[in-house]
Amino acid sequence: MENASTKFEIDKLNLFYGSFQALIDIDMTIYTNKITALIGPSGCGKSTFIRTLNRMNDLILGVKTTGLVKFDDTDIYAGDYDVINLRKKVGMVFQKPNPFPKTIFENIVYGPKVHGEKNRDKLQEIVEKTLKEVALWEEVKDRLHKPALGLSGGQQQRLCIARCLAVEPEVILMDEPTSALDPVATSKIESLLEELVEKYTIVIVTHNMQQAGRVSDYTSFFLSGKVLETDKTEIIFSNPTNKKTEEYITGRFG
Amino acid sequence: MTARPQMDHEMAIILNELLEMGARVEDAIRLAIKSLKEKDSVLARKIIDDDQIIDDLEDAIRDKCIKFMARQQPLAGDLRMTISILQMIRDMERIGDHCEDISKYTLRLENEHYIKELIDIPRMAELAAKMVKDSLDSFVGKDLRLARKVWKSDEEVDELFRNINDELLDLMAKDAAKVKQSVMFTFIAAHIERIADYATNICEETVFAIEGDFCMEQAEEV
Repeated sequence: MENASTKFEIDKLNLFYGSFQALIDIDMTIYTNKITALIGPSGCGKSTFIRTLNRMNDLILGVKTTGLVKFDDTDIYAGDYDVINLRKKVGMVFQKPNPFPKTIFENIVYGPKVHGEKNRDKLQEIVEKTLKEVALWEEVKDRLHKPALGLSGGQQQRLCIARCLAVEPEVILMDEPTSALDPVATSKIESLLEELVEKYTIVIVTHNMQQAGRVSDYTSFFLSGKVLETDKTEIIFSNPTNKKTEEYITGRFG
Repeated sequence: MTARPQMDHEMAIILNELLEMGARVEDAIRLAIKSLKEKDSVLARKIIDDDQIIDDLEDAIRDKCIKFMARQQPLAGDLRMTISILQMIRDMERIGDHCEDISKYTLRLENEHYIKELIDIPRMAELAAKMVKDSLDSFVGKDLRLARKVWKSDEEVDELFRNINDELLDLMAKDAAKVKQSVMFTFIAAHIERIADYATNICEETVFAIEGDFCMEQAEEV
């Protein structure tokens, strides 16, 4: 679609929960250092899809996947693929802020520690760097060793993004990351996305149409397990090709 | 496609006012030429005064469109439609101004004996008025065929304008006493020519609202 390089190439992806087919023949390209928004009604498969990108669906019993998901040109569903490493490179932020019931500091160093980082100075450096990246440093630098659950919802979500950045991912998957936040906290996360995309590739599921319009470079419309249309966001929101896309984004769906 | 009744209701109100503005503009064109032809200075003054109503309608519709955008946050086809309406009301407001200008000539010519019978100017005006009506009908009825047909019919207006120019130039060349009125009639015809151009703008806005581009030349559609 343009000169951006490709981070994920998805080809004829099908996913079954037992006998129920949740994703049908998905073809999609996710470009490096771009924000791709996934929109569509509840149950259309967008969350299922985003979880195929770091194999989070492996954790659900009875899930069967066919087709290709290539991450940097390598099939992540190949038998010998290193899933732990994949999840380090492809981080995830969820709908509800879910910090561990630990201190702010411990939340961020958790990942690096799991991956073997022991050096105290290095860990301190990671905490400062990632909290600065999510614009939370100034707000929390004096209480790094206080419980993370004492932060506001918006701060908790930025902490979760910082926690995700601490293991130096290449991709951040976000499943409705602002749906539990107020407009001020939402707007902080949105402006954060603009900065993060300079360094990371971002895929975001959102039910907030205006948010998809504001933040993303590309938008994919999902319906009943299929991708009906993917295009540059400005085109999807001003002149979509598919009639169903038009109906959905103008709120005339169903 | 009725999942947003409040949105559809607000748009229906805007479209009604748009049609009212269109009807007033169309009347202004016809009446401006009628008053010119019949040297009816009372009517000419009324057209000048009533232009304020057209201006007020533009303000009212613009205001409603802004509130509509703020509250309903239209996207895709709804967004294009709203943008088109905002453009159309500017075009119609300008048409009103042209009618006002024509009426000012009528007042200046009030006590003069016309150098010729007015035939082509009223014909041109009638075509332009119909173009305005049809262009708005094409928008409200989402009628692409009609929009493209009206757009094309501007050629007839241009043709009449050229004929009128030639005829008036000829009169001026032959008789210096006829220069003043010839110049005025040329300007009047130029105003009508502009009015027809604004009608073509409305057709373009219609195509944009429906199809998302300004592609007017589609042989199979016309």
